[in-house]
Amino acid sequence: MLRVERLSKSYPTPQGPIPVLRGVDFTLDAGASLALTGESGSGKSTLIHLVGALDDADSGEVVLDGVALTRLPEKARAAMRRDKIGVVFQQFNLIPSLTVAENLGFQARLAGRYDPPWQQELTERLGLAALGARYPEELSGGQQQRVAIGRALAVRPKLLLADEPTGNLDEATGDNVMSLALDLVAATGCAFLMATHSERLASRLRRRVRLESGFLAQ
Amino acid sequence: MKFPGAMKFPGAMKETLWTFAALASHWRRRPGNFGMLLLGLAMATALWSGVQALNAQARNSYDAATAAISGGGARTLGSSRGGLFDQDLFVKLRRAGFNVSPVLEGSVRIGEENVRIIGVEPLSLPRRSPIAHLRSRADLIEDFFSGPGRGFASPETLRRLNLAEGAQPLTNRGRQLPPLAALAEAPPGAIVVDIGVAQHLLDRHEKLSRLILADDETLDEARLKSIAGDALRLVAANEESELDRLTDSFHLNLTAFGFLAFLVGLFIVHAAYGLAFEQRLPTLRTLRALGVAPMHLVAAMAWEIAVLTLAAGGAGVIGGYALARALLPDVARSLESLYGAQISENLALDARWWFSGLAMAGAGAVLAAASGLLKTLRLPPLSVSRPIAWRAEHHRYLRRQAALAVLALVAAACAYGFGKGLASGFAVIGLALLAAALFLPVGLAGALALGEHVARRPLARWFFADGRQEISGLSLALMALLIALAANIGVGGMVEGFRQTFGRWLDARLVAEVYFEAATPADAQDIEAWARKQSDISAILPVWRAKTRIGAWPVDVFGMTPHETYTAHFPLLDAEPNMWTDLRDQDAVLVSEQLARRLGLGVGAMIDIPTSHEDWRARVVGVFPDYGNPKGQLRIDHEKLKRYFDDASGIHYSLRAAPGATPRVIEDMQQRFDGKIARIIDQSELKALSTEVFERTFAVTTALNTLTLIVSGVALFASLLTLSEMRRARIAPVWALGATRRQLAGLEMIRVLAFAAGAAVFATPLGLFMTWCLVAIVNVAAFGWRLPFHMFPAQWLVVLLIALCAAFFAALVPLVRLARSAPTELLRVFSNER
Amino acid sequence: MKDRRSISRRSALLLALSSGGALAKGFGGLADKAPDFAVPQPGTPLVFPKDHGPHPDFRTEWWYVTANLTGADGASYGVQWTLFRHALEPNATRAGWDDRNVWMGHAAATSASEHLFAQKFARGGIGQAGVQAMPFHAFIDDWALETRDDSTGAGIERLRVSAGDRNFAYALDLAATGPIVLQGESGYSRKSETGQASYYFSQPFFTAEGSVSLHGRKMQVSGRAWMDREWSSQALGPDQKGWDWFALHLDGGAKLMLYRMRSIEAAPYLFGNWIDGGGATSLLTGEDIGLEPLETIRIANRDVPIRWRVQIKSRGLDIKTQALNPRSWMGTDPAYWEGPIRFRGSHMGEGYLEMTGY
Repeated sequence: MLRVERLSKSYPTPQGPIPVLRGVDFTLDAGASLALTGESGSGKSTLIHLVGALDDADSGEVVLDGVALTRLPEKARAAMRRDKIGVVFQQFNLIPSLTVAENLGFQARLAGRYDPPWQQELTERLGLAALGARYPEELSGGQQQRVAIGRALAVRPKLLLADEPTGNLDEATGDNVMSLALDLVAATGCAFLMATHSERLASRLRRRVRLESGFLAQ
Repeated sequence: MKFPGAMKFPGAMKETLWTFAALASHWRRRPGNFGMLLLGLAMATALWSGVQALNAQARNSYDAATAAISGGGARTLGSSRGGLFDQDLFVKLRRAGFNVSPVLEGSVRIGEENVRIIGVEPLSLPRRSPIAHLRSRADLIEDFFSGPGRGFASPETLRRLNLAEGAQPLTNRGRQLPPLAALAEAPPGAIVVDIGVAQHLLDRHEKLSRLILADDETLDEARLKSIAGDALRLVAANEESELDRLTDSFHLNLTAFGFLAFLVGLFIVHAAYGLAFEQRLPTLRTLRALGVAPMHLVAAMAWEIAVLTLAAGGAGVIGGYALARALLPDVARSLESLYGAQISENLALDARWWFSGLAMAGAGAVLAAASGLLKTLRLPPLSVSRPIAWRAEHHRYLRRQAALAVLALVAAACAYGFGKGLASGFAVIGLALLAAALFLPVGLAGALALGEHVARRPLARWFFADGRQEISGLSLALMALLIALAANIGVGGMVEGFRQTFGRWLDARLVAEVYFEAATPADAQDIEAWARKQSDISAILPVWRAKTRIGAWPVDVFGMTPHETYTAHFPLLDAEPNMWTDLRDQDAVLVSEQLARRLGLGVGAMIDIPTSHEDWRARVVGVFPDYGNPKGQLRIDHEKLKRYFDDASGIHYSLRAAPGATPRVIEDMQQRFDGKIARIIDQSELKALSTEVFERTFAVTTALNTLTLIVSGVALFASLLTLSEMRRARIAPVWALGATRRQLAGLEMIRVLAFAAGAAVFATPLGLFMTWCLVAIVNVAAFGWRLPFHMFPAQWLVVLLIALCAAFFAALVPLVRLARSAPTELLRVFSNER
Repeated sequence: MKDRRSISRRSALLLALSSGGALAKGFGGLADKAPDFAVPQPGTPLVFPKDHGPHPDFRTEWWYVTANLTGADGASYGVQWTLFRHALEPNATRAGWDDRNVWMGHAAATSASEHLFAQKFARGGIGQAGVQAMPFHAFIDDWALETRDDSTGAGIERLRVSAGDRNFAYALDLAATGPIVLQGESGYSRKSETGQASYYFSQPFFTAEGSVSLHGRKMQVSGRAWMDREWSSQALGPDQKGWDWFALHLDGGAKLMLYRMRSIEAAPYLFGNWIDGGGATSLLTGEDIGLEPLETIRIANRDVPIRWRVQIKSRGLDIKTQALNPRSWMGTDPAYWEGPIRFRGSHMGEGYLEMTGY
C-alpha cells in the first residue's frame, strides 16, 4: 500500500542546508497502522508532509497504491491528496467560513464521492450530530479535531495521516478522539500513519518506529 | 496500478464549483468586507462609465446634429472655401441630374439663447434622413413650406427656449420664426425650417451651406467639376466635424479625470480584495492540502471575480448612468458656452456603453485581484514559518517600490521630452503621480525609521517600529489619498490661477463701458452720428468683425481704432515697441495666442490672411491672450478691415461713457433707437456673463475632482478596516503587557493621522507640479493658451485639513471597535493563532 | 354624359394620390372646394402657344406623353413621361422658395421583360422645375419635354422628350402629323352634374424616333406618341374609386380614347372619343361601349385586370387587348399600372392602358 524508500529532505537556512531526513525506509500495508515518534524537530512532520504529497523530497521515493508520488506533476499530486489521502493536522485546519456539516463533507464532495449514509454514520460515531450547523470557531478543540477526522475519512482514503492529532487537546479529550479515530480506521480498513511525541498514544497503534537524527530506529 | 480516476472523476467543473462555494462562504461571515469590495468596484465603475456616458452623449449629439438632416454617414458637398455658396449651383446640379438636397445652417439668438437654424428642402431630402419621414406625414410637410411654414424642434429644445408649440418667437434681429412644432427627431438645440424660411431668418438669400447626396448617388467628380468648377468639394462621411475637433480636448480632459477616479476606485478594490486574500490564506492552504489543484483554485477565484464584476459592475454602470445624468446639465452648459455645441440632455446610451462599463469593471477587478491570483497559483500547501520573513519582505518591498518609482519617473521624463500635445501632457501627469505614489511608502518608512531611532520611551519606539510594519498594508490607500490630494491641489491651483488671470484679463479687455450691436450697418451709422454729439459719450469705437480661415482653422478678424481704450489697456503677451502706430500705418496685425501657437508665429513673423479679395500679407506686431475662445482671432486696424473685408459686420461698437453715466446712456439709446439696436450690454453685465461661462467650464472638473477625493477617502477607510483586522494580532501583545485599549486606540489614531498628513505634505509639491503640467502642457495643447503659474498656499492648507478629516473619519470606526473590543477578542489572538 | 368624359385618366391618378403617400393631402384636396383658385369657364377659347405654358391660377395641371415604339431589334417598347404641377395655395407662383408650386415627374420605359420607372419632386420658383410656353419647355431636374432646336413653329409640332434614372434612359424626337385635338366643348370639359370642369386638349398624332436604354443596353426606336394637357382646380367626385383608361392608335390612322370610371356605389361609367385620321372627334356614350376585363394578375398585393375585351358597337369594333408587359406597375407615390398594349380583332393596333385605384 505505502512504500517509503531512502527518503531524504533538508531545509535551507542562511547558514547552509540542515538535513532533516537522511534516507528513511518503511512500508505500510492496507489495514495496518504505524506510529511515528520522536522529539520535536526530529522530522516527524516533514515525513508526514512528504508521504501526504504536500511537499517535495530531495531524493528517495514514496509509492502510494502503486503510484510514485515524487514523480507526479502538481495536478496529479493534488488529485492523490484529494482521492486517496486523508490528513488530520494538529491545528485542525478546518475551513472557518463553512459549517461543521459542510466541512465534514467537503473533501468527499471534492473527490466526487459524497456518500450520505457513510457521512451520516461518521457524524453519529464522532458525536457531531448536534453540531452540524455550527462554525468551527464555535467548537472546542476536541470537537474540531473530530470534525477533521470525519472530513479525512469521509472520502474513504487508502491512507490516513495524522500529525500530532491530539497535540492541542487535553489528555482525556485526546484519548477519546484517538479511540474514535482507531475505531473508524478499523472500520474503513485504510492504512494509518500517525506522528506523535507521546509514547502512550503511540502504544495504541500496532507498530511504532522512532525518528532520530533523520533515521528510523525500529 | 495506474491512476485513472483523477482525470475523469470527479468532473473538474464540480471540483471548481465546490471550491468556489468554500471560498464564497467567506463573504457570508464577513459581509462588511464584501460590501467594501462591491462599493469600491461599483464606485470605480460608476465614475469611469459616468464620464464615458457624458462623452458618448456629447459625441452622439454632435453626430445627431449632422445626421439628423442627412442621415448617418451621408456624403455632402460643401464649399471648397468654407462658408456658403450660391443656390444657383444647387439648381445647376439638379438640372444636370445630380440627386442632391440643399441645406442652409446658421444660428440666431432668441432672447438669451443661441439657436441653430437648419433649413432643409423636404422634397429632395434623402430617405435615410430622420427628418425625411416627414414626407410620409403629408399634413406636416405641406405646412412646412406653405402658409407661414413650420419650425420643428425637439421637445427638449422647446423646453430650453421656454417656448410652447405654435409659438412664433422673434430673433434678436427682428425676424419672426414660423409657428414651432415639437418633433422628437429634430437635432438637439436646433430648429428645422424650410430652406426658404432659413434664408430669410439668417439673411442669407439664395445661399446654401451644403448639399446632401442621395444614398444611391454615385458622384461623377469630373462632371461635378465641369458644372460647379472648384466651388464645391466632397466632404467625406467620416470627416470629423469642426465641433468634434474643437471639443476633443474637452473630452480628453473628462476621460483623464474619469480614469483617475477609476484608478483610485481600484485602490479600494485592491485593499478589500487584499484583506479577503489575507483572511482566506489558511483556507486556501487547507484547500490545497485537501487536494484542490492550483488551477481549480484560481478558476474558482475567477468565478468569484466574474460574479463580483456582474454585481458591482452592474451597480457601477447604473451609478455611472445616474452620475452622468447629474453632471450632464453642467457639461452641456460648458460645451455650449465654450464651443456653441448643443448637447441633448436626454441621456440615451446604447448597449455598447453598458457592456464596456461591465468590461471595465471586470478588467479592474482582475487587475486589483491579480496579485492575489498569482500568489494563489504559486501557493504551497504548507506555510513555512520564516522568522526573519517580515524584515526581509519589508525591505524587498521598499526596494521594489523605489525601483518602480524611478522607472515611472524616467518614463515621465521621456513623455515630456519626446511627446507632444495633450496625450503627452496627461502621460507626464499620470506617470509623475504614479512615481510619487510608489515612492510614498519608501519616504514614510524612512521617516518612521528616523522616529524609531530618535524615540526613547518604549511605547514610542514600539509606535514607530510597528508603524513601519503597517506601511505596506496601508500604502495602497495612502497612495490613493496622495493621488487624490495632489490632483486636488493641481487642478485647484490651475482653476484658481485661471480664475484670477481671467479676471484681470477681463478687466483689461473690457475697458469700454457699453457694448452694442446695431440691427443693420445703416442703423449703426445713425447711432454713430448721434453718439458723437453726446457729451456723456467720450468715444464711439467701431469693433467690426469679419470671418476668414487660415489653414483649416476658422478665424475671426476684429477691427480696432487707435484709441486710449486699447493703447493703454489692451492686454498683450508680446509686442513690438511701436506696435500701435505700426498697426495703423503698416501692414501689421495682432494675433491671438491660440492662433500664434497653432501657426507657430511670433512677433515679427509674416502671415498671409485670406480676405474678400486676395491674400493680404501682414507682419505680426503683437500677440494677445484670448482665453476661452476656441477660434483664432486677428486684430487689425479698423480702416484696413473695411478695405479688405467686404463682409465686415459694420454693426459692432464699444462706447466710452463718462463715469456714472452708463445707465443713462443705455436708456437713452434704447429709447431713441429701439429696433435699430439688436443688443446692448454694459461692462459689468458682460463681465458677469463671461465669468459665468468660465465657472461653467470648470464646474465638471471641480465636481469630478471632489468625487475623486471622496473615493480616495473610502479607499483609506477600506484599508484601515483591513488593517485593524490584522493589527489586532500585533496590538494584543502590547495590550497584554499593560497598555490600555484606549491608549492603543489613541496611538493608532495618531499614526493614521500622521500618515495622512505625510501624504498631504508629499502631495503639495506633487500638486504644484501637476498645476504646472496643466497650465504649461495640457492647456496649451487643449485650448491653445498658456496661463501664468500661480501658487495658493491657502488651498494647500485646505487640502491638508481634508486629508486629516478623511483619515480621522476613516480611522474612527475601526478604532472605536478596537477601543470597545472585549478583552476576549484580543485573547483569542493567543488561543487561536493562525 | 358629356360632363363625365372630361374626367380624364389624370384625374384618376390624382384620385389615387388621395389614397395616401406623399403630398397626399395636397393633391387629394382636389375634391375640396377651392374658392380662391380659378374655375374653368365654358366658352373660354384656348390660345396657343400661351396655353402650352402653366396656368398658375389653377390648382393642378399636367403634361403627359406616352409612346409605343419598335426597336431596331424588332421588339416593342413603351415610354411614359409626365410632369405634374400642384399649387399648395392660390397665386402660388412667386419668386424663389416662396413659390408654392410643387412639381412631380414620373417617367417609365417598358419592354416585354422590363418595366423601369422613376419619380421626381421639385419646388417651383428656383428653376429646378417648370414650364414655359414659348419656346415650349417643360422640365424637372434633367428630364425635359422641349421644343427641338430645328423647330420653326411656335407650338408643339417638333418636340424632344427625355428622361432617365440609374437603370434606364430615353430620348425621343416627336413630330406632329396632325392637329391638336380640343377635348370636350372646344377644350372645356365638364366633369360632373355639379359643374366641375377642366380645360383639356391632346396631341395624339406624334411620330416618335430616338433611343431607349434599359440597364445600359441602348436601342434605336421609332413609333407613335400621344400627348395630353389638362388643368383644373377641382377634378374628382367624392365616390370615385379608380379608372381604366385606353389611348389607342388604330392601324389606318384613327385614334380612340376610352375609359371606365369605377365608383364606390354607382355602376361603372363608360365614356369614349373617336378621333379620325384628320383630327375630327366623335364622342362615344356608354351604351355604345363594351369594356370587359378578361384576366387579372396579382401585382403589389392588388388584383389588376390585364387583358380586356373592347367593343364599340357603332363602329363595329371588337378587339382584345394584350399588355406588352403585364407587370408595368408604377411603384410611385401613388402607385398605379401604366404600360403599352397591343390589340387584335376587328381592328389591329397599339396604345397605352392606365389603371388606377386597384
